[in-house]
Amino acid sequence: MSAEPVVERLGGAAALAKLASSGRSGKRGLRGILPPFITAAVLVGLWYFISYVVMTPNRRKVALPPAHEVVTDALFVWEPKKGLRPILEAMLVTGRVAILGLIISIVLGMTVAIVMNRSKSMERAVFPYAVLIQTLPILALVPIITLWFDYGLKARLIACVLIAIFPIITNTFFGLQSAQQGHHDLFTLNGASRWTRLWKMELPGAMPAIFTGLRIAAGGAVIGAIVGDFFFRKGDIGIGRLIDNYAKDGPRTKELFVAAGVSSAFGIMIFALFGWISNRVLRNWHESVRSPS
Amino acid sequence: MSPTDLGPPALRFDHVSMTFPDGTHAVDDVSFNVARGEFVSVVGPSGCGKSTLLRIASGLTENTGGSCTVDRDSIGYIFQDATLLPWRTVQRNVELNAELQGMPKAEREAAAAEAIRLVNLVGHEKKYPKQLSGGMRMRCSVARSLMLKPKVFLFDEPFGALDEITRELLNAELIRLFQIEQFAGVFITHSISEAVFLSTRVLVMSARPGRIVGDYEVPFDFPRAHELRFDPAFAELCGKISADLKGGHA
Repeated sequence: MSAEPVVERLGGAAALAKLASSGRSGKRGLRGILPPFITAAVLVGLWYFISYVVMTPNRRKVALPPAHEVVTDALFVWEPKKGLRPILEAMLVTGRVAILGLIISIVLGMTVAIVMNRSKSMERAVFPYAVLIQTLPILALVPIITLWFDYGLKARLIACVLIAIFPIITNTFFGLQSAQQGHHDLFTLNGASRWTRLWKMELPGAMPAIFTGLRIAAGGAVIGAIVGDFFFRKGDIGIGRLIDNYAKDGPRTKELFVAAGVSSAFGIMIFALFGWISNRVLRNWHESVRSPS
Repeated sequence: MSPTDLGPPALRFDHVSMTFPDGTHAVDDVSFNVARGEFVSVVGPSGCGKSTLLRIASGLTENTGGSCTVDRDSIGYIFQDATLLPWRTVQRNVELNAELQGMPKAEREAAAAEAIRLVNLVGHEKKYPKQLSGGMRMRCSVARSLMLKPKVFLFDEPFGALDEITRELLNAELIRLFQIEQFAGVFITHSISEAVFLSTRVLVMSARPGRIVGDYEVPFDFPRAHELRFDPAFAELCGKISADLKGGHA
């Protein structure tokens, strides 16, 4: 599929997809579960080793508290200003931005792709600037976004969309372009209008590529929202800002560990959600999805 | 041939020529008529412009010389590839052409069921293309055009990618459909025996620029049985056409 080069950019997400599909085959039983379990055990062992043997007690408290303390002193604490509760509250704020940013990116990105698909000159007029957006380092734009949109929700959304929109544009566009000549001839013979062609052939045919783009964009939207929190500090506290606060306050290392874990879990959730939707939509016809029979 | 036997031609090529914008001279001065109840096969070497003739007839390509007369509202076109939409079931794929041409839902569902029956795909309506064999996909493709009852049916090497046995099976089914529907058929193929077996008339085209260098009536009666392929008269006709093809190459 022509969306392949874009997929290449997605190291982490592709790895997750593989993880998800290998986890599904429960038939292998213990032999399937054991290897990752052993890895986890080794990592936790290493964690304790560094924490207790390598580090001095003072250093341990700041840099790497032992695993059980992270659990008892942060993960299982539920108070207004301490433990898991403020972290989840902040994640909710950031999650809203990420999801809203993702929705805006999907609508805007697909529209841009459809416009680009209309003619070669449209493509030439728009595509270089889509690439430009992708290559702009978001940090370099922070001051400008601030000048234009202040430090509030709008600025966070912009950061989010700037990161998430490119994979949607490119994957949708390559998906639309990959329609077979034979299908185009078929629709021409039946006197189909430009819109009918789009709705009944090009868009459905582009769905596998679009879903690939969605999954990449979903990961990007979460990162964008966290980065947005970090820099645009007005309004409700998001996870990015909370992490920054905790890093300067003490630091509150155990809670930082939990915050990092929670943000990662949110990214995995969104990614898994789109993977699930994509499987449901495409399972009957696309080669990348296993046959139901 | 006397056209009075068969009624007025449904498809008429009149000194048709085709030169593509890049200068490729694909078709040169081709003239022939096809009436309803006539099945004309066109054989010729690769790249001789056979497919271009069908594209011109259907209006997908505009000819640069001569004229092609046909009722474009009543054309069935079978491509080399089945061109099914992979996200649609057999039933919905068969409905596609009628749907695009605005046939009401109830009417096209009934017509699709009839077409599916005619191509022996009953029981597979809910399957998706990837669950079908190559031969079944091609039948689905034929049903999609068949349900609009075209007066002119154009076949662009539809069975070229299939194995020999499937191909002969589909040949037999096509003959059966032809006898039921009595359309005007034009069939492009590389296979001489397939052309002779299916057709009432076989045209031989030369290498590019394609022109007609042979024109054979096929005298065998319908319905044609598989055994016809081993008849000496069948072999003799195939031999003549083969000789013509070699001449066209030289």
